[in-house]
Amino acid sequence: MSVAPAGRPPASADPAAAPGLAPLLTAPRARPGWWVPPARVGAMCLVELQKLRHDRAELYTRAVQPALWLLIFGETFTRIRAIPTGGVPYLDYLAPGIIAQSAMFIAIFYGIMIIWERDSGVLTKLLVTPTPRAALVTGKAFAAGIKALIQAAVVLVLATLLGVALSWNPLRLLGVAVVVLLASAFFSCLSMSIAGIVLTRDRLMGVGQAITMPLFFGSNALYPVDVMPDWLRAVSAVNPLSYQVDALRGLLVGTPSHLPLDFLVLLAAAAAGITAASCLLGRLAR
Amino acid sequence: MTPDPVRPDPAMPGPATTDTVTTDTVTTDTAMTNTVPADTAMTDTSTPDSVTTGTLTSDAVAPHPATTVPVTGDAVTGDAVTGDAVTGDAAAPRAVRCRGLRYSFGRTRAVDGVDLTVASGEVFGLLGPNGAGKTTAIRCLTTLLPVPPGTVRVFGHDAARERMAVRRMIGYVPQQLSADASLTGRENVALFARLFDVRRRERAERVALALEAVGLADAADRMAGTYSGGMVRRLELAQALVSAPRLLMLDEPTIGLDPIARTAVWEHITAIRAATGMTVLVTTHYMDEADQYCDRVALMHAGRVQALGTPERLKAALRDRRGDGAAPTLEDVFRDVVGGDLGAGEEGGDFRDVRRTRRTASRLG
Repeated sequence: MSVAPAGRPPASADPAAAPGLAPLLTAPRARPGWWVPPARVGAMCLVELQKLRHDRAELYTRAVQPALWLLIFGETFTRIRAIPTGGVPYLDYLAPGIIAQSAMFIAIFYGIMIIWERDSGVLTKLLVTPTPRAALVTGKAFAAGIKALIQAAVVLVLATLLGVALSWNPLRLLGVAVVVLLASAFFSCLSMSIAGIVLTRDRLMGVGQAITMPLFFGSNALYPVDVMPDWLRAVSAVNPLSYQVDALRGLLVGTPSHLPLDFLVLLAAAAAGITAASCLLGRLAR
Repeated sequence: MTPDPVRPDPAMPGPATTDTVTTDTVTTDTAMTNTVPADTAMTDTSTPDSVTTGTLTSDAVAPHPATTVPVTGDAVTGDAVTGDAVTGDAAAPRAVRCRGLRYSFGRTRAVDGVDLTVASGEVFGLLGPNGAGKTTAIRCLTTLLPVPPGTVRVFGHDAARERMAVRRMIGYVPQQLSADASLTGRENVALFARLFDVRRRERAERVALALEAVGLADAADRMAGTYSGGMVRRLELAQALVSAPRLLMLDEPTIGLDPIARTAVWEHITAIRAATGMTVLVTTHYMDEADQYCDRVALMHAGRVQALGTPERLKAALRDRRGDGAAPTLEDVFRDVVGGDLGAGEEGGDFRDVRRTRRTASRLG
């Protein structure tokens, strides 16, 4: 037992009671149901932006890896000319792949944040707000997308500095943003689902490490599907990263792509991811 | 500044707040159907409540053994409890009504048949050692853990069927320090204003008022990571306040704080309650705090409520029974109620619980 705090304070004559609390006495009216998910997504994205504004270190360190991929891997393989890119310089071919890869790397470890929030009690409190679990997961997924979007912009600028001729057509860039958001929503939900299963940070790190490389190499980010062995083609066909890269390449470089299919697959993947993560979120609430 | 009629002056606890679980069951059930305000009454009739009422009645007839065992004198003396409870109910619906609440983690029964009623406007303390089931109970009340329909009602709303309605009425401060260290105090509070649908035009004002109410107006634009433990607790209070909850649930609000910070947190809780008239449900294992600040307490042990009443009543009953004239503390009451079974309590509190507590304590230190 510790020392008893001295004296019961008179309930009314307290320093904190001084300000008029009147506006705090009425509970805010509930919004209609359709309003809730977009409002929560907005709130979560805003928090992500506020955090980035307070601490930009992450932005800078995150730019190192894609820069290395473009500078070292890209420049070298441009010279080797070992990969058939259909007439496009290899660095141009690679740039959309690196955008997709770096966005995925951010999203795939987003589950760590959920576990951290769970251990620190933040998640508990979020779950007690009038926010359906699916809306909370969607909010988190798009918050991860905001980070990935900033990352994509950084890589885009880096690539341009390295002399890659990427499209600056605003409509195409808008398409790029949608693709990056949807794909990060999927990968962050994948990560949150795994978090809901493994429940600890260490195990999530392990699983994350184990799946990022297969996802990356089992996609068309570095080389076209045509040069893959058959079994790897099968992997690529069910890998949302491949569809993301295909769409980004089509939009930014102008290579032949399957945009409607890509958008459809990414949309379905994001929806499936959100559903799975919302179902598994309950395990984290316990 | 209009305190709820039910809530007695903390300085002079009247019989209105003292009621045994058993009598309470009967009175609330009759009172709920005819005296509650329209909105509550409507939800009561619209939900198929007949089943629930049936179980409640049987509960009242054959109450859980744990609730009757040593309710230290109250059940025996029971002076005009029924009448008072009815007047209390006529004034306002019960903030929390919880019947036969059970929750197990695997084979561990964390909460094993808890019956509780928290009157609107009172400060209710859920007391017990680590692992007594307090946190699990409070997590059931906040809709964090799934409960069967009909077991938990918050201001008449069923925690299983009307989760969102329940969540809108509660402000919850978990045991861990849950403010986001990488946001400023103001951003932390604004997030919760958004999550509770506070309209844009009143958001800034509400956030500022909530921060002011907990004495953080000057530190509002500093990162929460730079706050002291007591400040973080007060920030969490502000986060809970911004949505104007009718029921504030605090899980171990003073754990790991130094005595001065503890007093400050309690003073803010008391002042906020006085200013808003909101109901406060708090868990703690500091018996002295409960004695000092709670209108009524429930002593929990091994997942059950072992005794319930005002601290004064519980202590007086023990003194009368002992008959040696010495004034017992609430801790003595707890020892008496548990019956030298305190050793069993040490087994409670699984590893994760204790780790969480320690972590909170070390972050505060």
